Amino acid sequence: MGTGGIAAGGEAVMSAFEDALASADIAASVKKHCAAHKVGCRGFCARDVLVDVIENGGKHTYEYIKPDMVKRIVEEHLAGGQPVQEWLVKEDYHTFHGKQVRAVLADCGEMDPEDIEAYAGRGGYEAALKSLTSLAPTDIIEELKRSGLRGRGGAGFPTGLKWEMARNEPGDTKYIICNADEGDPGAFMDRSLVEGNPHAVIEGMLIGAYAIGAQRGYVYIRAEYPLAVQRLTIALGQARERGFLGRNIQNTGFDFDIKVKLGAGAFVCGEETALIASIEGNRGMPRAKPPFPAQKGLWGKPTVINNVETLANVPYIMRKGSGWFAGFGTEKSKGTKVFALTGKIRNSGLIEVPFGISLREIIFDIGGGIEGDRKLKAVQTGGPSGGCIPASLMETSVDYESLASAGSIVGSGGMVVLDETDCMVNVAKYFLEFTKSESCGKCIPCRVGTMRLLEILTRITSGKGRPGDVELLQELSEDIKMTSLCGLGQTAPNPVLSTIRYFKDEYDAHIIERRCPAGVCKSFIAFTVLEEFCKGCMACVRVCPSGAIVGEKKKPHRIVQDVCIKCGACFATCKFQAVRKRAVYGEIHTR
Amino acid sequence: MEQRLEGILNNYLQNEGNVISILQDIENEFGYLPEDAISWISDRLDVPPARFYGIATFYSQFHLKPRGKHCITACTGTACHVKGSEWLISSLTSELHLLPDEDTTEDRKFTVEKVNCLGACSIAPVVVIDKEVYGKMSSDRLMKLVKKLEKKESEKEKA
Repeated sequence: MGTGGIAAGGEAVMSAFEDALASADIAASVKKHCAAHKVGCRGFCARDVLVDVIENGGKHTYEYIKPDMVKRIVEEHLAGGQPVQEWLVKEDYHTFHGKQVRAVLADCGEMDPEDIEAYAGRGGYEAALKSLTSLAPTDIIEELKRSGLRGRGGAGFPTGLKWEMARNEPGDTKYIICNADEGDPGAFMDRSLVEGNPHAVIEGMLIGAYAIGAQRGYVYIRAEYPLAVQRLTIALGQARERGFLGRNIQNTGFDFDIKVKLGAGAFVCGEETALIASIEGNRGMPRAKPPFPAQKGLWGKPTVINNVETLANVPYIMRKGSGWFAGFGTEKSKGTKVFALTGKIRNSGLIEVPFGISLREIIFDIGGGIEGDRKLKAVQTGGPSGGCIPASLMETSVDYESLASAGSIVGSGGMVVLDETDCMVNVAKYFLEFTKSESCGKCIPCRVGTMRLLEILTRITSGKGRPGDVELLQELSEDIKMTSLCGLGQTAPNPVLSTIRYFKDEYDAHIIERRCPAGVCKSFIAFTVLEEFCKGCMACVRVCPSGAIVGEKKKPHRIVQDVCIKCGACFATCKFQAVRKRAVYGEIHTR
Repeated sequence: MEQRLEGILNNYLQNEGNVISILQDIENEFGYLPEDAISWISDRLDVPPARFYGIATFYSQFHLKPRGKHCITACTGTACHVKGSEWLISSLTSELHLLPDEDTTEDRKFTVEKVNCLGACSIAPVVVIDKEVYGKMSSDRLMKLVKKLEKKESEKEKA
């Protein structure tokens, strides 16, 4: 029951189970031994709603469950002992999980995230208790350094080092901040973690606070994630009740508490110094580093800022040991990473894999290949700061270094799969639209540069590209990268550079041949009705928002091209394939 | 209005708030940031209004104009984008006769807004209509939903 599961009808299924279990026609013995639990995100979002039935240690998982299917499951499986075979998960559910390693997600989707007892029952808060009572702060930092944990927010800075820097700063007042301002479009790892296991994040912050000597923590979380905020608030209340937050935690004399700060919707606030400015109540604009936040952060005090996933890893590392964690991954990228696998992929969802796995394994083994058996074109990783890796490089190992040399980044973990119907110039334009509107405006190269990049890309996609535009894009991109202050500006041109690097032919097609090979860019396509297929059912006329379709009932319709806004509503509606998309050539511009 | 603002001011003083939290409270209370409200708070706190506007225009959560009765939010995350959110938005703006820089209809019945990402990428494209999340949206389904809402509104007007 994450946001995705609830949108798919999770709550209705839950209450259907509760009703069915409470109804009189179920044997009393069954009722007594049954309890329905809601859990956090299970990962396999494409199959929502998923339901587990666990009895005597055996587990059966059902997929695509709707409320009206619940009664039969309760009657046949719970009361009768016979699982409903046709609704059980199929083979691909197991291949989806086959190559995954659930380390940080171990408890996510297995327990009720709104119940601290469920977390404690699975070993939760043991690590915090051990750290606070029998370990010195330096022991914790050393253990983290041995584990090789690197920041999961994108930059990959070693977490142990960051904590050590803050620890070594003089002063009594220090802060720890959890960065849950997950702004990358196409990514939902942090949301799922906070929704599925908020206590792990709190425990990680508690251990971190003890290690660096902080008394106060903040979770900076997006207001767009209401469910995550709600579950986090519940978890914080429970942790306070159980004495894991507040004064004199577990009688150790250590004081620490956490406050939730809601983000107000600015992507740049994911940058450390901008985030601090935002918590202080200012415009979230980055400043020059050094001094680093670990030296001078929130209100001028030493501050550690860690990503949600980084912090959630901490209790597991402290409990299971740095050797366990370092056993996963490659030499320089240790452990596992959570990715949000989305786009044109069959098994979209939340996955956790060890570093060093190849992109091919993620897309074809875990992801089950491309939707509709179309051809894979590229994988976009790292969101607006990342790049597109073409299908020819699918053997690339997923780790910080390999992805960087392929022109992309691991980033926070968004992984969007693109197929042959996606236009790469359009994708680049999409990301520039994003960075242009999210640039804070402090540095001119970023503020004006991203705007110019977008103008050129818009020109190309609307059929007005000029020879030399690609070179201009490259030159401008290099300038922006070199002269911007923060990560946003330094990485904003990446989507442009990587698409030019691997898909220059598509740029050329738009500029020279005046066509969009994928049939996406509106200036290069038109919708028409094939008279011999059209039954005159008026379905397209009813959905057309611009009134561009004319025709009488039972007679072939026609699309008035000057009025058509090319929204594709008719194309999606027509049951007879009478509406066709065809290529039109952009006008040739002479200057 | 003053009474409601008084409450917001008290909340700020009690909970060590800041300019952002005040603006968030005003937005929650009124649905947007009325000019009068900002002037009033700025007078009381002796903080120049420019500081409030500087912050209000920086963050996408704040609105300086009143919003429509029905709010249609289209997710424009990467996954939604490659699954056609752009087409959904153009059909919406055309259906509701919005100009390129407008987000609210003249009669204040509808507001169309874009959001960077709702994090529900596995059911892309996502559209939220009056806080209800619709996954795997298509332009024809969206048009049917919007036309139904419009019909309901015009019937209400007649009655």
